[in-house]
Amino acid sequence: MDVAQLKRQLIAFTELLYREGFLDEQFNQLQQLQDENNPNFVAEVVTLFFEDAERILNELANNLDQQSVDFKKVDAHVHQLKGSSSSIGAQRIQRVCIIFRTVCNEKNVEGCLKCLQQLKHEYALMKSKLETLFNLEQQILAAGGPPSI
Amino acid sequence: MAAAGAVLRQKLPGNMDICGRSGKGSPEFHVLAVDDSLVDRKVIEKLLRSLSCKVTVVESGSRALQFLGLEGEDSSVGFDALPVNLIMTDYSMPGMTGYELLKKIKGSSAFREIPVVIMSSERILARINRCLEEGAEEFLSKPVKLSDVERLTRYLLRGEADQVSEFRKRKLPKTCDFEFSFPSSPLSNDSDSSSSSRSSSPLPKRCKSV
Repeated sequence: MDVAQLKRQLIAFTELLYREGFLDEQFNQLQQLQDENNPNFVAEVVTLFFEDAERILNELANNLDQQSVDFKKVDAHVHQLKGSSSSIGAQRIQRVCIIFRTVCNEKNVEGCLKCLQQLKHEYALMKSKLETLFNLEQQILAAGGPPSI
Repeated sequence: MAAAGAVLRQKLPGNMDICGRSGKGSPEFHVLAVDDSLVDRKVIEKLLRSLSCKVTVVESGSRALQFLGLEGEDSSVGFDALPVNLIMTDYSMPGMTGYELLKKIKGSSAFREIPVVIMSSERILARINRCLEEGAEEFLSKPVKLSDVERLTRYLLRGEADQVSEFRKRKLPKTCDFEFSFPSSPLSNDSDSSSSSRSSSPLPKRCKSV
């Protein structure tokens, strides 16, 4: 596949991610901040997010597994995840977090478990989409594609 | 992944270097950023560095106080380093909140003049009011954008201290007793506004029903 084709694929794929709500404007902000001095900035932030998210998802599973659920802890974790997902533009994850907090406020364990499932699902989707995105970019570079302005 | 992001990104305009040396010998603008989130720390640091500010990032209010020399035995860590021109702090942090940090800074004779900006993902009127009353310069909504930080550093650099304190005295009207969508900056967007227009900027207009 030639560079032009790859680029078209990348643009189409990125547009799809925005359209389906996987990404929002904040992701674009991060891309704008990337430059020659920090060529891996977006990938680095996203990696930090993945690590953070996985840690929080594990904590949440733990919290909700307790005999007596500490809803304050659950809320604190969801709030954290909501914050970091919004900082990278992970819109769908952020939206689930908002619902999660409402359910948590109502002290509804079943509801919280459902939200956690949803979060895990969205997170897995997001991770796979972003990996595809970074993969395409790598391919373009490998094919000797010059960065467009 | 050398220029991967460049495939799609827009280049920043060439004159974005706001905080850096102008070549006329003006000092670098040093910002102390406080946030418990690793992701947010990385982002705010990059935002500030892209505007050529010097940045120190810490993960808690107590670390910030330690850096400034207001707490802990290591009292001169910050003092000998480049003076801090601005403090940007997250509101919700475990241990010491951004509000508590703000109070400590404003309560210190050495540091009360440093402008403090609060960042929060939650736009709660009572919270905003409380921070402004305590002397916060501005309350930024998260996620923080480049344009927010650029505007902030621009007006702080202009050194318009009287306008800044004019703003601080203003409180949001108590008649707005519901949560509303707060713009990312309480200040008007026209960066060339004179002090009189800024102080007469009608804040009540920003209250809208949910």
